[in-house]
Amino acid sequence: MSLFRALVRRELAAFFQGPTGFIIIAAVLFLIGLGFVIVLAGLNGHATPMPVTQVFYSTYFFWLILLLIAPIITMRSFAMERASGTYESLMTAPVGDWQVVLSKFAGALIFYTILWLPLLVCSVVVRFYVGESAVLGLGPMATSALGILLVGCLYMSMGCFASALTRNQAVAAVSGFAMGAALFFTGFFSYFAGDRSGWVSQLARHVSLSNHMESFSRGVIDLGAVIFFVSLTALFLYLTHKVVESRRWK
Amino acid sequence: MIEVQNLTKRYGQHVALDAVSFSVGHGEVVGFLGPNGAGKSTTMRILTTFMAATSGSARVGGDCVFENPMRVRKRLGYMPENNPLPLDLRVGDYLKFRAQLKRLANGDSAKRIAEVMEQCGIADVAGRFIGQLSRGYRQRVGMADALLAKPELIVLDEPTAGLDPNQVRSVRKLVRDLAGGHTVLISSHILSEIEMTCDRVVILHEGRLLASGALDDLMAKANAAVAAEVQTSLANAKEWAAQLALGQAECAEQPGGYVRCRFANVNRADAREKIFASANKRGWPLRELSRQAPSLEDLFVNLTRGKEGGE
Repeated sequence: MSLFRALVRRELAAFFQGPTGFIIIAAVLFLIGLGFVIVLAGLNGHATPMPVTQVFYSTYFFWLILLLIAPIITMRSFAMERASGTYESLMTAPVGDWQVVLSKFAGALIFYTILWLPLLVCSVVVRFYVGESAVLGLGPMATSALGILLVGCLYMSMGCFASALTRNQAVAAVSGFAMGAALFFTGFFSYFAGDRSGWVSQLARHVSLSNHMESFSRGVIDLGAVIFFVSLTALFLYLTHKVVESRRWK
Repeated sequence: MIEVQNLTKRYGQHVALDAVSFSVGHGEVVGFLGPNGAGKSTTMRILTTFMAATSGSARVGGDCVFENPMRVRKRLGYMPENNPLPLDLRVGDYLKFRAQLKRLANGDSAKRIAEVMEQCGIADVAGRFIGQLSRGYRQRVGMADALLAKPELIVLDEPTAGLDPNQVRSVRKLVRDLAGGHTVLISSHILSEIEMTCDRVVILHEGRLLASGALDDLMAKANAAVAAEVQTSLANAKEWAAQLALGQAECAEQPGGYVRCRFANVNRADAREKIFASANKRGWPLRELSRQAPSLEDLFVNLTRGKEGGE
């Protein structure tokens, strides 16, 4: 366990030793702030039956942050170690492949979680001024946080997989973005498919991230959504492990 | 300590290692010698469990590197080619991180880190970022990492590449100090490098094992060349060289009307007296006559020629 902690700490240190981590945090802070202001302006203008958490998702700022920032967080995880050669000293130390994969994933996920902390501050501000009300209940806030964490698991594992495939960080970022965007936009097919009961539409609704997140933002824990995120995360971690392992049978 | 049997590695059509077999005993310092692309790094990467061979077997301390990689890694200290290090860490922090990966107990690790830093002469840069260090210092950080867990086997891939002569000397001394306590495998494409540090050599060429054994024995098989500078015309010198029949000779004009002839000296006997007498008889001034220790090139030429002749 201390070995795993050391690996995760190394991952996190890499974000904060250079400017990378701070630049990402600044960018996300800006986008969260902008989204927050727009949500507040919307709430001031007219009454809405939706909880604030749900309004936030519907502004698309959340998705913008997720789609753009996730691949930037994960791009260096494997690709940079390969490019610099430190991968070789890492993989010849008495460390298992799974430990390496999981520590890189955990490091990325922790950093991703840190990124969303300002949102918590925003919520506290809203609660403070609006007072205890149904506008921003603790329930929807907790489930929203769970939703953000789960979708983060999926995108971090996907990004690690993209990074494990190459030694070029730019390629890792672009392919991670392509996978993430493809998954996100597939969900929209349910709106375009003419026959709403057809299988294309059905499938699209099942993989629709915004559908899943909507239920979390309303304070509902949708078991189907949880299983969807957890199983896809597991799949991508498994694939990443296979790629890492492949150097021993290539 | 190391047992390698028919090790073969193919990258698609390219054969990087072709049925290489050799063994290394406990406490030996063995040099891996060969030009670039000979398969030295490939062999080391397989031995250190970083990648798998296409066929053949490799054992370190009795454990197969494919089946028991973790056991092999635990007795291994490895400095890969080009000595890759994370430039964003401080020397002390990096060694601490590596000590954790190598599962050194927390109490011992601080003491051990101080020890290896002292041994490698990097104690004074412990607080500096690796990215700010000179190449020589980085190399020593890599060596310190390899020594950290007191491994039975230390594998150093080109530890002196890109260093200046003083740094080369300090690395060489470090390696010599390791002899006895550890089994050491070092690769280099410079013969003199290996000559000064190793008991035995394994010579690779184009993925094949050319020779393995004590360096002195191998050197004895190589021809010590003889060089002579005589004052005559190039044509005369060529005719003279052919008449002397000391094997292949290369003649080249030098300033001052001299011609320099380099004889491969196939007979292996000391031909200097013969050359002197012959030049004297022709009345040619002789301004240099020297016996040259065989270079790696000579050794290769000799070994490859021997192979071809035998086939």
